[in-house]
Amino acid sequence: MPSEYKLILKHADQPGYTPDIECYLKHGGYEVLKKALAMQPLDLPDGKRKSPQEQLRDEVMKSGLRGRGGAGFSCGLKWSFVDRRSGKPIYLICNADESEPGTFKDRQIIHKDPHQLIEGMILSCFANDVKLAYIYIRGEMPQGAKLLNKALAEARAKNLLGKNILGSGYDLEIHVHRGAGAYICGEETGLIESLEGKRPYPRIKPPYFPAVLGLYMCPTIVNNVETLCNVKHIVAMGGAEFAKLGTPNNTGTRIVSLSGHVKRPGYYEIEVGKVTIGELINDPNFGGGLRDGRKLKAVIPGGSSAKVLKAGEKFKLKRKVDGKDVEQEVDMLDLPYDFDSLLQAGTMSGSSAIIVMDDSVDIVEALANISEFYAHESCGQCTPCREGSLWMSKALHRLTHGEGRKTDADYLEKIANNIPGGRTICAFGEACSWPVQSFVAKFKDEFVAKGAADEAKRAQNGVASNSAAAKRRETVAAH
Amino acid sequence: MSFSVPAKLETEIDELITHYPVKRSASLMVLHALQEHFGWISQAAVEWTAKKLGLQPINVYELVTFYPMFRQQPVGKYQIKVCRTLSCALGGSYALHKHFCDKLGLDAHKHGVQTTKDGRFSVEFVECLASCGTAPVIMINEDFYEGVSRAKAEEIVSQCK
Repeated sequence: MPSEYKLILKHADQPGYTPDIECYLKHGGYEVLKKALAMQPLDLPDGKRKSPQEQLRDEVMKSGLRGRGGAGFSCGLKWSFVDRRSGKPIYLICNADESEPGTFKDRQIIHKDPHQLIEGMILSCFANDVKLAYIYIRGEMPQGAKLLNKALAEARAKNLLGKNILGSGYDLEIHVHRGAGAYICGEETGLIESLEGKRPYPRIKPPYFPAVLGLYMCPTIVNNVETLCNVKHIVAMGGAEFAKLGTPNNTGTRIVSLSGHVKRPGYYEIEVGKVTIGELINDPNFGGGLRDGRKLKAVIPGGSSAKVLKAGEKFKLKRKVDGKDVEQEVDMLDLPYDFDSLLQAGTMSGSSAIIVMDDSVDIVEALANISEFYAHESCGQCTPCREGSLWMSKALHRLTHGEGRKTDADYLEKIANNIPGGRTICAFGEACSWPVQSFVAKFKDEFVAKGAADEAKRAQNGVASNSAAAKRRETVAAH
Repeated sequence: MSFSVPAKLETEIDELITHYPVKRSASLMVLHALQEHFGWISQAAVEWTAKKLGLQPINVYELVTFYPMFRQQPVGKYQIKVCRTLSCALGGSYALHKHFCDKLGLDAHKHGVQTTKDGRFSVEFVECLASCGTAPVIMINEDFYEGVSRAKAEEIVSQCK
């Protein structure tokens, strides 16, 4: 029977576990950091020496850790891109701007176990020679910001932060920076602009890759909360051991946020790829199935920008069986919940947020809701996204308010196809188009039927009002 | 009315500015601090922030107009923010928003933030508050409420004195 595997959330929900430093220390907190700070350079057979920092970075590379924020990019690779020769300071920013609809995993870590994040951050900063780091937390989490500030103060008081940390000669300061309600700040270059005190307009890449030209035009690492927590466990157990968790190329654990029409919505930490979407929805250890008497209609598997999966959809997955590549047909419910399988199914695991919709949902209304979100959150920098997201939202608004047209489905598809694909500076263009493309393609009949029904109603009313007008004219003429 | 920042708040703000190698970076944190104290960001507050950080007022004003959390006019003493986005909508947030509006004599169909005549309550829809597993969720000022049923909404409002 599939079950949770608690690595990051090992202590968070235990009775009596509190977010203060004493409790964290009692549970073995900051031991990994002490171990890392005491590491010695390693003499290699070729006479070269490998610094503790390089050794730590190697472990992260070996672990196969992929970013938990949404893109699933290799963390080790991201760190390897950092320009270490420029002589400029290197910055690290923890992206705690959790705002992809459906996602609420970072909130748990920040509220219940903030020191785990801080230890992961100190380790990551140490491994990358970072002296100044920030936690960019979304503005709507004022309690989280307070908790983090308190935790940072506790760490400073114990010399786990500040000058000459634990006598190692290493200096580091971490500050909390609050956002103010803009989704686009989750995009790393937008986040950097925002941290510089500007509007969060994402930067064009190239040349503004954060690893080279990030915060204040210095090399910068931006990692998600959960990713940074994982670094602590990688250093603790070693990269190779961490890579045994999960499945090949999809290593470690992920905290899945499950919401919508299941009996037990919530967050569940699983080994990546060891549990299927169907199990997450239906297993009593996880979602516990749909509400009574309801059938599954659709699942958004990775935050609201991920392409929707329709109940009963089948996919061809390439898998290795006894060393041979074979193609297997699987139902959407049998997709293993990992990065690669969902990519093969044409969608993504994104920020690991699953939104479940049962047959009571009006699919057009659901898309209208998502599109309104994107229209609200487009930063407005690039025309296709600024205009397109609004046009889509307007068309969906009329479809859900009795003003629809039969042709709206095609109209939506046409707009959605003209936003992404390198026409915009950042991936928001994709994020706002994918739901529209997938919803309309997979549930086209419902969109067309809704538009047709509205047209028919208008025609009828039109006839009625026309005849009423004609009658009025006759009456007027008769007088 | 002249705009003046109390000495204690200014000390706090000066401390915040030291967190950054470039003063301008402190803009959002300074605006948060001012809004927490004054309730909104007036033109005088924008000018004060700009002067404090060595910027032009437009550099600060463009933030106030961009970031949804900053208020450009005074709002209610209790600001009720109802999450509008998909998971909460599936969990009944539209009905909850309407319930708040009806109860407080506001128009549920009106766009943007609305404040009651006595200035006690403001109600608005906001986008995803990142607690989708306990939908529908709301915030009142800095406090966060999960799984808000009608009964719970009644109880919460009755506690706002």
